[in-house]
Amino acid sequence: MSANLSAILYLVSSICFIMALRGLSSPETSRAGNLYGIIGMTVAVATTLASPEVVSYWMIILGILIGGAIGSLIALRIEMTALPQLVAAFHSLVGLAAVFVAGAAFYAPESYGLGARGSIHAASLIEMSLGLAIGAITFTGSVVAFAKLQGLVSGKPLVFPGQHVFNAALGIAILLLCAWLVASESSVAFWLLCLVALALGFLLILPIGGADMPVVISMLNSYSGWAAAGIGFTLQNNLLIVTGALVGASGAILSYIMCKGMNRSIFNVILGGFGTDGGVAGPAGSSGDKAVKSGSAEDAAFIMKNARSVIVVPGYGMAVAQAQHALREMADLLKKEGVEVRYAIHPVAGRMPGHMNVLLAEANVPYEDVVELEEINRDFATADVAFVIGANDVTNPAAKTDPQSPIYGMPILDVERAQTVLFVKRSMSSGYAGVENELFFRDNTMMLFGDAKKMCEEIVKALGA
Amino acid sequence: MDATQISTRAGSLAADADTLAQNLRVLAADAGQIAHRSAEAAGLSPTVGALAVFVLACFVGYYVVWRVTPALHSPLMAVTNAVSSVIIVGALIAAGPAGLGFAKVMGFLAVVLASVNIFGGFIVTHRMLQMFKKKTR
Repeated sequence: MSANLSAILYLVSSICFIMALRGLSSPETSRAGNLYGIIGMTVAVATTLASPEVVSYWMIILGILIGGAIGSLIALRIEMTALPQLVAAFHSLVGLAAVFVAGAAFYAPESYGLGARGSIHAASLIEMSLGLAIGAITFTGSVVAFAKLQGLVSGKPLVFPGQHVFNAALGIAILLLCAWLVASESSVAFWLLCLVALALGFLLILPIGGADMPVVISMLNSYSGWAAAGIGFTLQNNLLIVTGALVGASGAILSYIMCKGMNRSIFNVILGGFGTDGGVAGPAGSSGDKAVKSGSAEDAAFIMKNARSVIVVPGYGMAVAQAQHALREMADLLKKEGVEVRYAIHPVAGRMPGHMNVLLAEANVPYEDVVELEEINRDFATADVAFVIGANDVTNPAAKTDPQSPIYGMPILDVERAQTVLFVKRSMSSGYAGVENELFFRDNTMMLFGDAKKMCEEIVKALGA
Repeated sequence: MDATQISTRAGSLAADADTLAQNLRVLAADAGQIAHRSAEAAGLSPTVGALAVFVLACFVGYYVVWRVTPALHSPLMAVTNAVSSVIIVGALIAAGPAGLGFAKVMGFLAVVLASVNIFGGFIVTHRMLQMFKKKTR
């Protein structure tokens, strides 16, 4: 295949990828978008296989078969609640693949037209070291994120003294090693750079707490894109550059949206140390003398049955308890009673952007009923019931009223304006931010203590009776 | 190195030169100015051309992604993840040559990893998007 033809086919493939992202602007067009993505990838792979550099196929076919089988199996089996860790794991693979490709380009530059071993062009070496470093950081960073999300290590931020200084030193070391690599093309420099970048990725994500995971995942998404773009520069391949830039931009925008959802700056998140493991009891003593009204599933069923409109506020707790199906059943029964039921989604609900929407969609909740924060917030004032299930910090009015609160300034769902607030929770513990929610003690709040799924099932039973 | 090898090598070098020329042409469609300048200065570094492509693609990405509905942010992450595995293109070239060397083994490993991602990413995106079908009940 001529170089001209493959360049044009790569261009076609880039356009397909743009269309894939474009398709996601609405659920109706999204499936066609995914198809575009698959077509783009097929064209890209086929074009490369037909290029004159590729003459031996058995290893490639073996690799695709092995990888494809593993990938398909995992993707078909994964539970939607485990989506965040799956995505983190996939990001780590892109990072590692970037490291390997950079290695291949370093040891066999002639296959890529980068000059011969020992005399690789300086520009290519700079690009290669960037691709390598970003790839390595993405790899270990994603592994840590995966371990935290999977619960293999504690979600608590792990902080040690001098951490930031140490990380900065590693960052400088990476720059120096890049310079050394470009100047000498030494393989020692190459592997040292790889090691230091791996260490930095590990240490960067370690201090970031569980509550910040939506930002971390988006950030690593972005990194994996920049790594691909870096490799694209090395190989002078426009397809890789365009795709890397698209993915990088996408991840960066998602990180920005997530940060805004928590009123934190990206630096604040990266510096880490925020939040707790969750589920830990809040500051003791402060809640001792305040009265809390708690109710049973029957009470909740009675209140909601007699309401005109109910707004459900789901949070990560719902996902953990796998309560989405029982919740939808409850909503269906209420709808049959003539109650208007909608769902309010906070941008940072769940452990990754859009996580709640997927879980609700999985439980067959029509997506028209699921509304984003800005659109639904003023409707709380006219709602009879706000049904908060597994969410906490995103409803805390302290974010609006208490400048001392760590979550002050965070956009929240105004559930307190609803006539009655029902809170499904296992205990009085504080949320991930470690802040007590004053909402629990309000007169119009009723706590429903128990497991989210069991509570929904009991309400369903009570509604049926 | 025998004569045939040298000639294939020369062929691939010529092909490389062709690719570079093509890069510039693609750019021309996007930014007339740059094309104009590159025509004047034949010695333009390929990195500069690549940088132009990169920056323009960042802008495209920026505007396209802002239009993605928040409800589909999870599928967006999954599909960008699958798409960024286009890095497999680099891996295929490394795994492609005849014989067996260190670079080829690295290429093979990268092909495996990227394939996991491509298949896994597209399938999981598909599964998610299936759930967002309009409910007919």
